[in-house]
Formats: sequence, C-alpha cells, structure tokens
Amino acid sequence: MVSAVFHSPGEAAAAAPASTATVSRPAMPATETLPPPAAAKPARDPIDWKGLALRVLPPVISIALLIGLWGLATQKGGSFPTPAATFDAAVKLFADPFYRNGPNDQGIGWNILNSLGRVGMGFGLAALVGIPLGFIIGRFEFANRMVSPLIALLKPVSPLAWLPIGLLAFKSANPAAIWTIFICSIWPMVVNTAVGVQRVPQDYLNVARVLKLSEWKVITRILLPAVLPYVLTGVRLSVGTAWLVIVAAEMLTGGVGIGFWVWDEWNNLNVAHILIAIFVIGTVGLLLEWFLMTLAKHFTFDGD
Amino acid sequence: MKPFIQVQDAEMVFTTRKGRFHALQNVNLNVQRGEFITLIGHSGCGKSTLLNLIAGLLQPTSGALICDGREIAAPGPERAVVFQNHSLLPWLSCLDNVLLAVESVFGGKEASAKLKVRARAALELVGMSHALHKRPHEISGGMKQRVGIARALAMEPKVLLMDEPFGALDALTRAKLQDELLKIVARTQSTVIMVTHDVDEAVLLSDRIVMMTNGPAATIGEILEVGIPRPRVRVELAEDARYVAARKEVIDFLYTRHAHVEQAA
Repeated sequence: MVSAVFHSPGEAAAAAPASTATVSRPAMPATETLPPPAAAKPARDPIDWKGLALRVLPPVISIALLIGLWGLATQKGGSFPTPAATFDAAVKLFADPFYRNGPNDQGIGWNILNSLGRVGMGFGLAALVGIPLGFIIGRFEFANRMVSPLIALLKPVSPLAWLPIGLLAFKSANPAAIWTIFICSIWPMVVNTAVGVQRVPQDYLNVARVLKLSEWKVITRILLPAVLPYVLTGVRLSVGTAWLVIVAAEMLTGGVGIGFWVWDEWNNLNVAHILIAIFVIGTVGLLLEWFLMTLAKHFTFDGD
Repeated sequence: MKPFIQVQDAEMVFTTRKGRFHALQNVNLNVQRGEFITLIGHSGCGKSTLLNLIAGLLQPTSGALICDGREIAAPGPERAVVFQNHSLLPWLSCLDNVLLAVESVFGGKEASAKLKVRARAALELVGMSHALHKRPHEISGGMKQRVGIARALAMEPKVLLMDEPFGALDALTRAKLQDELLKIVARTQSTVIMVTHDVDEAVLLSDRIVMMTNGPAATIGEILEVGIPRPRVRVELAEDARYVAARKEVIDFLYTRHAHVEQAA
C-alpha cells in the first residue's frame, strides 16, 4: 500500500499523512518496504494523555461554542451566513487562491501577499530608520532631548491621519499605504531601541572600559547583544500594529490587498467572504507574532 | 623602595540630584609591589569609591593617584577589576568572556591560537576547565566569580582590584574561593587590593588591612599590619594568637571606635 502511494502522485495528497506517520514512528511495526529503524532508538516516554487533553480541550471547547452560538443565531436565515455556508465559501475560495481576472478580481492568495508586501516594505524602511535612530537617542542625551518631544507628540496620532500626507507627497495609492505603515511601525522600534541602549547595565560598560575595548568591539560585543532583545520587542510591536493598520489603509486606498478585498466584498454584500477575511487576517497576524516571538526567545539571555 | 601605587590627598565629591556628597577626603595610601591590601569599613564608607579611583573608573575631585610611576587617568587592563557581581557578558561563553579580555591586551602581539592558550590557562588556574563552553547563566554564583577572577588574571595585570568579590556567595563557597585565591596569589606574586566587609576574610588574606572611618567625608582611620607568615592555613589560624589579636584589633576599630550609626534619610 505504501509503495502504491509513491507511484501515483494523484492520490499522494490524500494518503501522505499515513505514509509519513509510518516513517516517523519507529515504534510501529514497519511495513515490508521500510527498514526497521526501531532497534536503534530508545523507547519513547509514554504520552501524557491527561496533560495533553487538558491543553487541547479548552480551546477546542471555546471554538466549538463560538461556532455553535453562531449556528444558533443564523438558524432562521437572514443576511448573515451560517457556519456551514461560510465553510463552503472558504473551500471554494481556497481551492484557487492565485487566479487573476483583471486588477480588481484576484485570488485571496494574491491579496494576502500584496498586503504582506506593503507591510514588509513599510516596516523594513521603518526598521532601517528607526533602529539606528533609537541607538542615537539612547546613546546621546542631547539627541534624546531633541527628539523626545517630537516622538511624544507624533506617537499618539492615528497612522491613518498620515495617509492624506502620503497621497499628497507620492501622488499614488501604493506608496501612500507603505508610508502609513512606515509611520506607524517606526515609533515602537525607536522607543524600544532607545530604552534598550539606556538600560545596558553600567557594569558591562565598566568592563569595556577596564578592558579598553575599541569602539567597534563595544558596539558588536556589548551594545548590540545587550540591546537586541529590546529591538526585537519593538519589532514585534511594530509588525503587530502594521498588520492592524494595513487593512484600514487599503480600505481607503484600494488596489489589491486583503483590506481592499474586505471592502470590495462588502460592496458585493458577500458577508461570508468578509467573515473568511477576518479569520485570515487573524491567522496571518498570529503567525507573524508567533514567528517573531520564536525569534526573540532565541536571542534573549538570562543574565542575572 | 618607591611604592608601586600611591594615593596622595585624594578627595572625592559626588554631585548628585540631591546635592553634593562628600565621599572621601585626605586619603593617603602607599602600596608596595606584591602586597595584598584589604579595604574594610562599614557600608557607605567609600571603600568601593577608593577602589574605583585606583581602577580609574572615577576621577578624584582633588589629589593624585599614581600607579607604577604614572598618573592614573583612565581605566586600563594593567589594573584589572574583579567586579562584585562578576559582570560576565551573558551572551558569551566562559572561554569567550576571558578571551575578550585576552584579545584586548595581547591581541595585537600574539596569534589567535596563543590567545586561546592564555584564556584556557587562566580558566584552568581557577579550576573552571570543565565549563569552557558554558554560558554564565548555566553555572553557579561561585563559578561565575571564578571566571571573573580568571578574566582579570588572564590580562596579567600589574594589580588586581577586587570589589567584594565573594560578598554574594554562601559561607562555604566563599571560604573555598578565599583559599584558592591565597594559592593563586602566592603563585602569581600579584599585587592585590580588595574591598571587603568580612573581618575574617581581611585577616586571612591581607598583608595590611586599611580600616576606613565612616562617611560622609570618610578617610583612612588606621592601617593594621598582619604579621602572620605565609602560607596561611585557615584551620591552623583559628587558634593562632596573632590571628586572634589582628581580628580583635579590626573588630575594635569597626564596632567600638567607629561604630556605624544608621542615619535617618
């Protein structure tokens, strides 16, 4: 059976989980096509079923409750789609995520990628400017006093208020959206980097002075590693905000992107697609957050 | 013989947000090459300030400090500091922490293989060869302090400055490290200036104990010569009359003549 799977790629998608399971679990009796790797590996710890259930069950229950309530509320019909109808629409939508029927009708995959591209662009530019600026503010008191009032004034402004300025300056929707992302993601990175630089323990700097380290070594061996966790926190906050803002910005600027798509579907009164979009936006945001958390954990040091 | 380290009329005034704080005045001290000096006094008596002045981490308000014929203007590897809280860089392994110091002192003159040999030798000296590639958070407090000492020794400093190096350790670990420090100092013939608030530690380790009066405007009250011959063995010293006398002298100074009065803030 396993060998049959390898010979017919058409069925591969359906049967693949079964075949990978056979390969990865040495404890299972090996099929005739596979060498038995079980002997080499030590027996696994017994799976902690109770602990696993206690971790998996609560989120499953909450999601089931949500869908149940949604189903009850939409039972009588109306403009709001039922869970089943939404699921069907999602299956249809994700069956072909990368189609192109002209500039205003493209697959959901293109929409997500376009939005991510804008976020990446605006965020990348903000990191290029914001992190060095944060270093300067943290290192030089004069720069700090110079820039702090400006930051305090501009930080609470909704990034969307900057959109008209972007449209005026760039005369085009796409750079204006990127500009908005740039403005909203720069502040957390500037502020966190500056705080990180200011909080580098004096002891480390004293060590550098006693060892007479060169300025280059102070930066690479002491400042950068000490500030990195703060920078990553800033990056994480920035990406979160950027992903929040891009949806709103695209609703205003149009073009291809998940935010414009939501607005377009609202104009088509396709509520099921709006619900799917909400789910997709949430999932992408979650993945971004998770990725940066993992990255941050990798670079955090437990000094005491 | 000309003293190796000279402190002449040093005065230190800090300008803080609450106003000026007069920490030290009229401090005069001569240290000979190869001497082991401890600075002892109640907390807030400026003993760490004096050490930081010798290290060059602070500049005196007035007076002069000279090391080996040169005025102390800035910190430098010839006056290695062992910090109270070890101050190892948490993102570098023990070996790399020591290597960073070795590179900055010998990097221009020696090949990198030779530098590694030096770093390993220093860690071997403090008995840390087993943890070369461990990060500081993976080893105990006593081990961190050993690595801190290794980092200082690896620079082959003219003088070793230690700021309460064993203050944060439990009594047993502290005793063990004191014994090892005695052996290392005997072998390397180092000049050491150590800040402590532990009377037994001061008597066990020092050639001379510098006792400081209480701040503000603290100064050196008395200097006690500890005439106990080396090598010193902790267990034998406990009943040694010279040890008991020296200990009594320091305790008298600290608790009778210069008892610490807690000031209301």
